[in-house]
Amino acid sequence: MSVAFSDTARRELEEILSRYPNKEAAILPALHLAQREFGYVSDEAIVHVAELLGFTPARIEGVASFYTMYNRKPVGRYHLQICRNLSCSLLGAEHLIEHVSKKLRINPGETTPDGKFTLSKVECLGSCGTAPVMQVNDDYHENLTEEKIDSLLDRLP
Amino acid sequence: METVLTTHFADERYRHVDTYVQYGGYSALRKAFSCPKERIVEEVRKANLRGRGGAGFPAGVKWGFLPKDLSRPRILVINADEGEPGTFKDRQIMSRGPHLLIEGIAIASYAMTIHSTYIYIRGEFVREAKIMEEAVAEAYAKGFLGKNILGSGFHLDVYVHRGAGAYICGEETSLINSLEGKRGWPRIKPPFPASVGAFGLPTIVNNVETIADVPWIVNNGGEKFASLGVEKNGGTRLIGVSGPVNRPGVYELSAGVLLREVIYTHAGGLKDGKQLKAVIPGGSSTPVLRPDEIDVTFDIESMGKIGTMPGSGGVIVIPEGACMVRALSVLMNFYAHESCGQCTPCREGTGWLAKIVGRIENGQGREGDIELILDVCDNMMGRTICPLADAAVMPAQSFIWKFREEFDRHIADKKCPFGNKF
Ligand SMILES: Cc1cc2nc3c(=O)[nH]c(=O)nc-3n(C[C@H](O)[C@H](O)[C@H](O)COP(=O)(O)O)c2cc1C
Ligand code: SF4
Ligand code: FES
Repeated sequence: MSVAFSDTARRELEEILSRYPNKEAAILPALHLAQREFGYVSDEAIVHVAELLGFTPARIEGVASFYTMYNRKPVGRYHLQICRNLSCSLLGAEHLIEHVSKKLRINPGETTPDGKFTLSKVECLGSCGTAPVMQVNDDYHENLTEEKIDSLLDRLP
Repeated sequence: METVLTTHFADERYRHVDTYVQYGGYSALRKAFSCPKERIVEEVRKANLRGRGGAGFPAGVKWGFLPKDLSRPRILVINADEGEPGTFKDRQIMSRGPHLLIEGIAIASYAMTIHSTYIYIRGEFVREAKIMEEAVAEAYAKGFLGKNILGSGFHLDVYVHRGAGAYICGEETSLINSLEGKRGWPRIKPPFPASVGAFGLPTIVNNVETIADVPWIVNNGGEKFASLGVEKNGGTRLIGVSGPVNRPGVYELSAGVLLREVIYTHAGGLKDGKQLKAVIPGGSSTPVLRPDEIDVTFDIESMGKIGTMPGSGGVIVIPEGACMVRALSVLMNFYAHESCGQCTPCREGTGWLAKIVGRIENGQGREGDIELILDVCDNMMGRTICPLADAAVMPAQSFIWKFREEFDRHIADKKCPFGNKF
């Protein structure tokens, strides 16, 4: 099934293209747009970005697969990304990952059957002074405790 | 102590152009336009401003590497990738004082006759990217960016470009490839970016903090900036302290501060009165120190004398009771995950390090494993396209050299004495 950018996304892409000396440099921003538009970077999204920018899908795929933020598979409505690096680990990140894993009954890398949550372990989020840290979609949640996570997860619609 | 960057960070409105201007912001840009360009570069050189991204290269000297010939446009790229574990200072500048960075960009671009600047910000910093975009728009609206800035005839465009999750893209040539829309593979040098960089054009890559220091230097002079630090390390540094301390956070301090003072005076010492077991002084890639080594000042030369470096200013505090093998295992998994895979010694070596350290931590270490780790390190160091391999080797070697008994004990007891947890 083919997919296409909304008019808004198309206009944004036009503006993005004006920032660079060539179309290639718009690949990363276009993939960010695709992820926002379609929820993840599907094969169809890759084909669409390739058409919009005039590259082969293989070329776009090669770029997309290099970067961890582009989800090549669908993720839940809330993507829980808990930092597993050193400063966070020293302050209990491992326990938090286990806690969320038990609470949602999924392993890191998995999505709940209702499609609400995906749990991932990620590397340093550049927020080590407020460890432990979890990124949920675009937002950082800092100085986490089990209680804070519980109340956040219970609150999310 | 005099501060260069954080003076007004407590004021929430400082991120907006009007407040920034009320506090004297953009006066350095005005002053710069009345100076000969060479004079600005000279002041930055006199300031002993060393790159804050990790390597500590003198900024004024780097700027001098651009070709004299102005026929090809040049580009400034701001490294806002902030991916080195333990580092979280550029995020502070961008969220609390984005105009410091923008004013610094405008001055540096003017001094180097650059008309396009890209701010390459790590993809996860969605909020900071928005704040930067808004600040850039404000600066255009007030005539601090764009055409004929402040009537000087100078024009400059600034763009915010988001990365997409890859530590390696903090390395400057990888960052350039990523900016160009490619995989973030580091490039073989030479050619150096100053001659062939982004889009094939002469390019200067500088860290956020490095450039944010520039307005102060122009306002107060290079010598004054130099005097805030110590010999060869001018100015202040944003030092981030993380781990179990009472007051984790970013502190703006002179490079002459003792690491001991950073941990105990500024960050308030360890939580629950615990003893210090180890400290990583400048981000995860810098060699670890023992508690008897922390009476060292935070400058490149002093740290160098004891075999480490202040790097990106990310101090990670490790308390008594934390397992050093587990800590190293966390770091080795990180480097193995982040190796771009271009060079065999790095791709294979980081994988082996993660595997061997991991099995020692899990009680499956074998006799000879420690020698094996050191051997793998020898085969990686200095043999690769970019310094990521070295960045993995430095913690591995130093953890073993300084905490060998913990590794030995894991292997002898066939288990982690700390129960496989922090
Ligand atoms: C693996 C690796 C990761 C790096 N990550 C960053 C980073 O996140 N931010 C940064 O400013 N410099 C980083 N650097 C250093 C850059 O390559 C470069 O030296 C720096 O951006 C130059 O700016 P400066 O001279 O102002 O420090 C990294 C280097 C390596 C080898
Ligand atoms: S050293 Fe590692 S990260 Fe750097 S280019 Fe080689 S394989 Fe890639
Ligand atoms: S270690 Fe978790 S944010 Fe840096």
